[in-house]
Amino acid sequence: MLKKILSRQETLVGITLLGLCLLIGFINPVFWTPGNWFDLARSATVTGIFAIGVLIVLISGGIDVSFTAIAVFSMYTTTVVMKNIGFEGGMFAFFLMSAVIGGLLGLINAFFIARFRLPTLIVTLGTQSLFRGFLLFVIGSKIIRDLPPGMAAYSGAFLFTVTDDRGITVGLHSAVLFLVAVAVLAQIILRYTMLGRSIYALGGSREAAERAGFNIPRTQVFIYAFVGLLAGLAGMIYGGLNRQANAQDIVGQELDVIAATVLGGASIAGGRGSVIGTLLGVMLVTVLSNSLILMGIPSTWQRVVIGAIIIIGTAVPTIRTLRSSRRANVEIEPVPVEQRA
Amino acid sequence: MSAPEVSYKPAPRIQFVVDGNLLRLLIACVAIFVVMSLLRPNVFPTVENFLSMGSQFPEIGILAIAIMITMLTGGIDLSVVSTANLAGVLAAMVIRALIPADAPEGQVVVGLAIAIAVAFVTGALAGLFNGLLVAYVNLTPILATLGTMTLYTGLTVAMTRGNAVFAENRLTFIGTSNVLGVIPIPLVIFVVVVAIFAVILNRTPFGLKLYMIGSNVKAARFSGINVRQVLLMTYVLSGVLSAVVAIIFLGRNNSAKWDFAPSYVLQAIVVAVLAGVNPNGGSGRIAGIVLAILALQFVSTGMNMLLFTISGGQFFKEFAWGALLLIIMVANAYSEQRRLAPKRKLREESGATSSESEVTQ
Repeated sequence: MLKKILSRQETLVGITLLGLCLLIGFINPVFWTPGNWFDLARSATVTGIFAIGVLIVLISGGIDVSFTAIAVFSMYTTTVVMKNIGFEGGMFAFFLMSAVIGGLLGLINAFFIARFRLPTLIVTLGTQSLFRGFLLFVIGSKIIRDLPPGMAAYSGAFLFTVTDDRGITVGLHSAVLFLVAVAVLAQIILRYTMLGRSIYALGGSREAAERAGFNIPRTQVFIYAFVGLLAGLAGMIYGGLNRQANAQDIVGQELDVIAATVLGGASIAGGRGSVIGTLLGVMLVTVLSNSLILMGIPSTWQRVVIGAIIIIGTAVPTIRTLRSSRRANVEIEPVPVEQRA
Repeated sequence: MSAPEVSYKPAPRIQFVVDGNLLRLLIACVAIFVVMSLLRPNVFPTVENFLSMGSQFPEIGILAIAIMITMLTGGIDLSVVSTANLAGVLAAMVIRALIPADAPEGQVVVGLAIAIAVAFVTGALAGLFNGLLVAYVNLTPILATLGTMTLYTGLTVAMTRGNAVFAENRLTFIGTSNVLGVIPIPLVIFVVVVAIFAVILNRTPFGLKLYMIGSNVKAARFSGINVRQVLLMTYVLSGVLSAVVAIIFLGRNNSAKWDFAPSYVLQAIVVAVLAGVNPNGGSGRIAGIVLAILALQFVSTGMNMLLFTISGGQFFKEFAWGALLLIIMVANAYSEQRRLAPKRKLREESGATSSESEVTQ
C-alpha cells in the first residue's frame, strides 16, 4: 500500500515540491514570508485554472492548444463590449460574460471534434489561429489600459492584507478563490459523477467506452465547452490582475501549461490524471520560476531548470514502468535479426 | 512562377496513386491562385510577387519537413524553433569571435564555414538528444520535445542573457541577394531540401523504414527493423533541418535571439497536417508539403493585397490559415466517410441476401 502511494507521480512531485521549498527557504528565508506566498498564489491562479482545463482534455485522450486563444478572445472582447456600453457595474458581470464567450468558443472546438471525429490537436491548432486571427482582425489589436471601472478596481480586491515588520502591506488576492472553486468542481465531476467516468473511459479506450454505453459526442461537447468556459474565466482574471487588456497576450503559454499538467501526472495518452497532481505540477513550476532569484541563481537559467525538470519528471515514471513490465515479462521484446545471427 | 513548380516535381514514380488529399490541395492551390489573380490582376500574378512570395515561406516550409519526418514515425518535434534559435545564436557567436571587422576574404570564408558547421553540429546534437529521449528512454515524443524545447530555449537565454546576438552582416547575403539575379537564396535552399528529402523518403531503405514504423511499430520491429536507430536518425535529421532554418534566420535578420518566431512551431504543424501528413504516423508526402505551403502563401499574400488598407489586415492571415486547415480537414473527413459508406452498405446488402437465401432453402 505504502509502495503504491510512493510510486505515484503525484507523490513524487509533492516530495520534490516540498524538498524544493525547504531548500529555497534554507538558502533565503524570504521564501517563507507571507508576501512571497501571496505572490506565488497569484502567479499560480491563472496557470492553475488553465491547467485544470487541460487536465480534463488530457484525461479524455485529447489535447487542446486553443485555450489560450479562447482566453484572450473572451477577455478582450468582454472588455471592448463593456467599455463601449459604458458598463459601470462590478467585476462579476465581466467574469460571467467572458466565461460565456469562452464556453461558446469551446463549443466550436467540440463541433469539429465530435461531429467530424477530427484529431483534437489539429482542430485546436486550427481554431487557435481562427480565434486569434478573428480577434486581432475584427475586434481589435491595441492594448486597452483605460479599463471600465469594475475591471480596473479588481486588481486591488484582496481577501485580506498583512503588514510585515518593515511596514510593507501585502495581500492575498481574491482570484485564488476561483482556482479553489474550479479545482473542487473538477474534482467532484471527475471522481463522483457519471460524466467524470465517461471522461476517464473515453481516454482509456474510446471503443470500450462506446460499448459500455457512454454517449461519447455528448461527453466531448461537455469537455471542450467546459475547457472554453474555464479559459474565458482565467483570461478575465489575467486581464484584471494585469490591469490591462492586451489582445496579443496569453497565446504562446499553452505548451507551458500542458507541461505543468503533465508534470503533475496526467498522461498525454489519456485515461490518467488527477486534480491534486495538476495543482502540485503547477505549484512546482510556479515556485521554480519565481524562486530561482531567491536562491541566487540568475533568472536566465530559469528555463533550463524547468526544461530539465519536465524531462526528468516524465522520464522517471516511464523508466519505472518499463523496468517493472520487463520484470513481469509482459512485453516480449523481439531480438533484432542481426543480434540473433 | 516556374520556381515553386520545379520543387514539386520529384513525385514518386514507383507507387503513384491519386491521393485524394493531394488532389484537393492542388485544387485549393489553383483555386486560390485564380481567385487572387482575378481580384488583383495587376499585382498578384506577377514575377515580382512570385519572387517576393518565394522568399517568404522557405523557413516554415523547411520546419514543416522536419515536423513531417517525425510525424511519419508517429512522433512530433516541438523543439524545432528553439533548436534553430540555439544553433543561430551559437553560429552568430562564432562569427563575432572569428571574423573581425577588417578580416581578409579568406578568413571570412573560413569563419563562415566554421559558423555554419557549428550550427549544423548544434542542430544534430539537439536532435540526437531528442532521439535518445524518444527511442531509448521511451518518452512520448510530444513530452520529450516539449521538455527539450524549454531546455534549448533556456540554454539560449542563459548564454546570451536574453539579448540578441548580431552576425555583423556576414550572412545577410542569404536574405538579400538572388541566384541568377532573380531567385531568392532561401527559395533555392528550400528546393534543395525538398529534393533531398523526396529522395530520402521515396528512394532509400531509411525512408521505407520510416513509413513502416509509423504504420505499425510492432510489425516493423518483428520484420527486423532497428526501430530505435531509425527513430534516433529521424530526430537528428529534424535537428539538422532546424539548423538550416537557423542559417536562413541569420541571413534574414542579421541576428539570433532566444524568443525569435515561437509561433512557427504551430504554423509548421499546420503546414504538415494540411499537407496530409498523418499525425499518428505512416503516411504523408513531400509533394503535399510543397502544395500546402504554396496554398497558405497564396492566401497570406492575397489577403495582404486585399486588406492592406484596413487596420489589423495583417492578422487576417492567421484567421485564414486556421480556416483553411479546418476546411481541408472537414473535406477529408467527408470523403473518408463517403469512401467507407458504400462498402458498408454493400456488406450489409450481401449479408441480407445470404440470410434470405438460407430462409428460402
